[in-house]
Amino acid sequence: MSRPRKPTIELPPVVSFPDDQTKVRARGLNAWFGDKQVLFDVSIDVPSQGVTAIIGPSGCGKSTFVRCVNRMHELVESARLSGEVSLDGESVYGADVDPVLLRRRVGMVFQKPNPFPTMSIRDNVLAGLKLTKTLDKSTAEQNVEQALSQAALWNEVRDRLDEPGGSLSGGQQQRLCIARALAVQPDVLLMDEPCSALDPIATAHIEDLLHTLKEHYTIVIVTHNMQQAARVSDMTAFFLSGELIEFSPTSETFTAPRHQRTEEYITGKFG
Amino acid sequence: MAITSSWRAYSDSKAMRASAIKRGTPRGIGERLIEFSLTGCGLLSVLTTLGILSVLVIETIPFFRQVSLAEFLGDSQWTPLFAEKHFGIWPLLVGTLMTMLVAICVALPLGLFAAIYLSEFAKPRTRQIVKPALEVLAGIPTIVYGYFALVVVTPMLQKIVPGLAGFNALSPGIVMGIMIVPMISSISEDALHAVPNGLREGAYALGAGRNATIFRVVLPAARGGISVAVLLAIARAIGETMIVAIAAGQQPRLTFDPRVPVETMTAYIVQVSMGDTPHGTLGYQSIFAVGAALFVVTFVINALGHRMARHAVSS
Repeated sequence: MSRPRKPTIELPPVVSFPDDQTKVRARGLNAWFGDKQVLFDVSIDVPSQGVTAIIGPSGCGKSTFVRCVNRMHELVESARLSGEVSLDGESVYGADVDPVLLRRRVGMVFQKPNPFPTMSIRDNVLAGLKLTKTLDKSTAEQNVEQALSQAALWNEVRDRLDEPGGSLSGGQQQRLCIARALAVQPDVLLMDEPCSALDPIATAHIEDLLHTLKEHYTIVIVTHNMQQAARVSDMTAFFLSGELIEFSPTSETFTAPRHQRTEEYITGKFG
Repeated sequence: MAITSSWRAYSDSKAMRASAIKRGTPRGIGERLIEFSLTGCGLLSVLTTLGILSVLVIETIPFFRQVSLAEFLGDSQWTPLFAEKHFGIWPLLVGTLMTMLVAICVALPLGLFAAIYLSEFAKPRTRQIVKPALEVLAGIPTIVYGYFALVVVTPMLQKIVPGLAGFNALSPGIVMGIMIVPMISSISEDALHAVPNGLREGAYALGAGRNATIFRVVLPAARGGISVAVLLAIARAIGETMIVAIAAGQQPRLTFDPRVPVETMTAYIVQVSMGDTPHGTLGYQSIFAVGAALFVVTFVINALGHRMARHAVSS
């Protein structure tokens, strides 16, 4: 009945980063839908480098947390929050912050691919730029190619840029949505379960993509797939019932979890 | 003993399951009766339509024996009740299209903006109250609208529009527009409401403001439903009778000036069927020809609407 000995020095379950390595920082973040509180006192430092995965069972507040970062949370009627979220040290909930400008720096990809059905592939990529300002034709073409190449979709669609975005397969549509988010040149890319509506091959495409994208962007990916978190991320945050239980390097989260609840979750005892 | 009884239970249940897929008694007479009467109801509406259509065709044929189609489509005057008869459909057609156009110019912006407000801005509670309230507009008897146009709207407009006659195309057109606002707003609101929220979120997440999201993303995505709403409203405006019969003047004249009296196809049919034109005369037969022409116009618009609806669904 001998169990592996715990290290003599207890590591804190939530690691923190110094200011200059932190991209997104939350302090004491609480969020509500109506009377129901969904986030409880979340404090986390999302590092500038690499991919941060957010795991946890359904309804644990993963999505709500990322939606607090780009202020999408407040679009839902009856949604409230308190606490502090900052991007590069500046509060995103400051009185002088325009959420519209914030969202151009913090892009987002959703669970279900949502290309704009009435727009061509080209216009979908340019949508973020066109919806916010006018742009001339040559830079537009450049933007389209660059964003689609970054999203590893250029070779598949280069000859059919004028076809509707809805004509692509599900996996291609999701990469189109990634291209659309990248075209506005954000700093941070939030991905809310981007692969849960995709088949394994399309999922592998997106995961490969993350490895190259993390060179240029801070990526936060919400996933309910622990293998995916283990494959793609450098840091993993484990949420449970609206609380941040553990935030540690992914290599440790899945082999030497620091919190007992994390261990129980990743070994399949609940969730 | 225990084994035998459990085996029996097993074999019993197996037999029961096998019999569950077999037809027990032949289908009851009641069920047949229901099926028969439902088929009858469906057939009745089809037969009614065919009946109306055949009467229209049968009554139109004698008219076209005496008046050539060339005259019907080529002449610019419509005077079937005068001594010197002319049978050019254009004055009636233009009168119809002009009042319809005025109505759509009023109803499209009003209805569309009402729909956008209800779908994108109004709180659910407000929507619950305003939407049915707006739909009441469509339930007001058209005779009320007609007199409203004649005794309220026309005198009011005469203060603003110089040279507006007592009977004109403008005033009934505007009132007709108000009448079809709920038609456009209600169907368009349904279409806007059906646009997946993911598209709105996608636009907001790209840094689009509220207006850009609504006008560049949500509205285009709902265009199929909106065009169906407009076409249905057009068909309604073309078929509308009472308002134009009362307030537009019953004077068939080929003009594009909305300030002077005109006559629509529907108003002409009312005029002749209410008047003392003897049965069987050419004048009497002319209303069937006009009715047939009206049918063709609305049929084309309806067919267009169906095509657009299909197109919207497939894309």
